[in-house]
Amino acid sequence: MAVLPTLQKQRHPLSSTAAQKRRLDEIPLAHSFEQMLGSGDGFPLRPTHLRVLQLNVGRKCNQTCRHCHVDAGPDRVEMMPPDIVDASLRVFAENDIPVLDITGGAPELHPQFRHIVEAASALGRQVMDRCNLTITRLPNYRYLPEFLAAHRVEVIASLPYFQAHQTDAQRGDGVFEDSIAALREFNRLGYGAEGSGLILNLVTNPVGAFLPANQAAAERDWKGQLQRRYGIVFNRLFTITNMPISRFLDHLEEKGQTEAYLSRLVQAFNPAAAAGLMCRDTLSVGWDGTLYDCDFNQMLDLSLAPGAPRSIHDFDPALLAHREIVTGPHCFGCTAGAGSSCGGAVVKND
Amino acid sequence: MDDGHYYHAPDLARFPEMGKGSPELWDKFLAWYGAVFEEGALSAREKALIALAVAHAVQCPYCIDAYTTASLEQGSNEEQMTEAVHVAAAIRGGASLVHGVQMRNHLQRLGM
Repeated sequence: MAVLPTLQKQRHPLSSTAAQKRRLDEIPLAHSFEQMLGSGDGFPLRPTHLRVLQLNVGRKCNQTCRHCHVDAGPDRVEMMPPDIVDASLRVFAENDIPVLDITGGAPELHPQFRHIVEAASALGRQVMDRCNLTITRLPNYRYLPEFLAAHRVEVIASLPYFQAHQTDAQRGDGVFEDSIAALREFNRLGYGAEGSGLILNLVTNPVGAFLPANQAAAERDWKGQLQRRYGIVFNRLFTITNMPISRFLDHLEEKGQTEAYLSRLVQAFNPAAAAGLMCRDTLSVGWDGTLYDCDFNQMLDLSLAPGAPRSIHDFDPALLAHREIVTGPHCFGCTAGAGSSCGGAVVKND
Repeated sequence: MDDGHYYHAPDLARFPEMGKGSPELWDKFLAWYGAVFEEGALSAREKALIALAVAHAVQCPYCIDAYTTASLEQGSNEEQMTEAVHVAAAIRGGASLVHGVQMRNHLQRLGM
């Protein structure tokens, strides 16, 4: 598998979050995100109830996907230290938060990944692993499918398309073949099979500068295609819009498509998607314990609004419930069309 | 802004300016256009592919850009979109060729 250097390793100008924010801010838009929310009485954006604690345990990954909003890759070294892991697990245990969502990078590369899964799943709540699939084909990580099955972890697996050409173009040469092998292994253990209780959901990001297809229609198509071509079954397909930050912003810049893509997102603004934004029921924890409204804000160094807790060490449900969610032009990525979240489309149209 | 080019990609975004000359007709066009592309007996995806093929037949660069994006956003892939363009090309080619029968009719009228 060919693995490219991250923006950070290249010392690319867009590895700076300030440079990314500056670039987004200089694009002339018909309306700001805040104005668009205001038109639907949605501004300032506030949380509903905390449903998901999302831990970004580190930026190291065995892949360097071209759309990655984390700029993750093998050369990244950021890893959540043990005291932040402990504090995060304590917050999850001591509060009524239904879901722990473990992400990265490839979160399985974290040395305490097994500990996190064991501790969280022992609480009997929903635990999700955002898995790039290929990690399970590496010699030291072949244990993962059986381990995840044993702890009833919901697997959210990335697969941009049901064909190799598109998948490899986004995620690297050979990724599709390894992903299919990984999915077969998950299926062998019962993942994706009706009634098994082992949930295997797929995540697809468009392979390029366009919006995702209708989620329900795409899911029907994918179920037929993956079953017929490879005998693979899965539960749900989540469509996620590419966020115009980090490596996808770099891709847009290379193609001269940044303005056109932002305009497309603004043009497709959907007030219904704005009402269901994931930042309203999610709290994102960075590798160093800093709190964010979402993983995208985390990657732009947009921490919680003044007055809200800064770190997982200062977790305070009352203060968090009354915060204003921090927004910017990138937020149009979550409100375009049917909307986009870590759980796929926000507005479900069959 | 008229810069002397006949086809200019940013002009697609200026399409609504056509409403200035006749707002009533423009509104009627938009309402009809929107209804045509709604999910119906044909799926939105099928309609986008038909539009892509027709865009090639009528050789409208604006429509080709718009329905390439629309087809991708409806979940079609490069293979399917290329086949749709071949359908348009085949009908155009066939349409030229079938006029050969007209040629043959006239040949017969003139010949011995």
